Amino acid sequence: MVVGLAEPQADRLFHALADGTRRDIVRRTMAAPSSVSALARHYPMSITAVQKHVAVLESAGLVTKRRQGREQLVSAEVEALRRASELLDRMEELWRDRIDRFGEVLADDDGGAPR
Amino acid sequence: MTVTSVEKDPAALTMTLHAAFDAPITSVWQLWADPRRLERWWGPPSHPATFVEHDLRDGGRVTYFMTGPEGEQYHGWWEVLDVEEPRRIEVRDGFGHPDAPADMPVTTMRVTLDEAGGGTRMTIVSTFASAEAMEQLVAMGMEEGIVAAMGQMDDILAEAPAGS
Repeated sequence: MVVGLAEPQADRLFHALADGTRRDIVRRTMAAPSSVSALARHYPMSITAVQKHVAVLESAGLVTKRRQGREQLVSAEVEALRRASELLDRMEELWRDRIDRFGEVLADDDGGAPR
Repeated sequence: MTVTSVEKDPAALTMTLHAAFDAPITSVWQLWADPRRLERWWGPPSHPATFVEHDLRDGGRVTYFMTGPEGEQYHGWWEVLDVEEPRRIEVRDGFGHPDAPADMPVTTMRVTLDEAGGGTRMTIVSTFASAEAMEQLVAMGMEEGIVAAMGQMDDILAEAPAGS
């Protein structure tokens, strides 16, 4: 249903996933929780820059942070990832229904049967 | 079956749908160009659409509302980016009043019609607007990185353990 597709959180989710480094952080932290400094060793950027990426992922609900000693451990939220896929599934459903009706209207118009 | 195939790319935030109809391209075009025909298929039977404005020209605007079973109204709009009769329509597609857009994701919808095998082939490409950042990266010559990242995204989704 159209209204279900349009969830406000979706924008944040898609913004978060539109960056290669952030997708890589998600992949790594899904395999095992990792500290920000350990993550930063994988990328040619500062710890601060990696922290910013983690913050974007966190606000989209893709990862969570928890403190362990002096370190912040980052873990991926698998469910949020599924949501990106689910939104596209809903969009597919919406369009399949529309195209079915499209074919019916067209058949009414022309007396031609939809394929 | 009128829908011939659907491809979804979670990393590119894009859905591509192909459909085929036994009708001339001008008839298929009319289902987009004539608001009275458009409203017969745009909204589901439970929420029929009424098109208020329908200025299907470059820079034009299309507005509509859908009416639910309890009389509730859901407003939507298109900002028309590109029209080439009878082959091509590209719009930004959003919810809310155009003057007070809802805080909801906007999609870009590209419709292409082609004559094929005596009928008409229709392709709909629908992309969430936030993927524009990705398109900019492509323009900056980072295609390889993006292709690799998209592969990783597929892996992420494939590897995600169910129910955890």
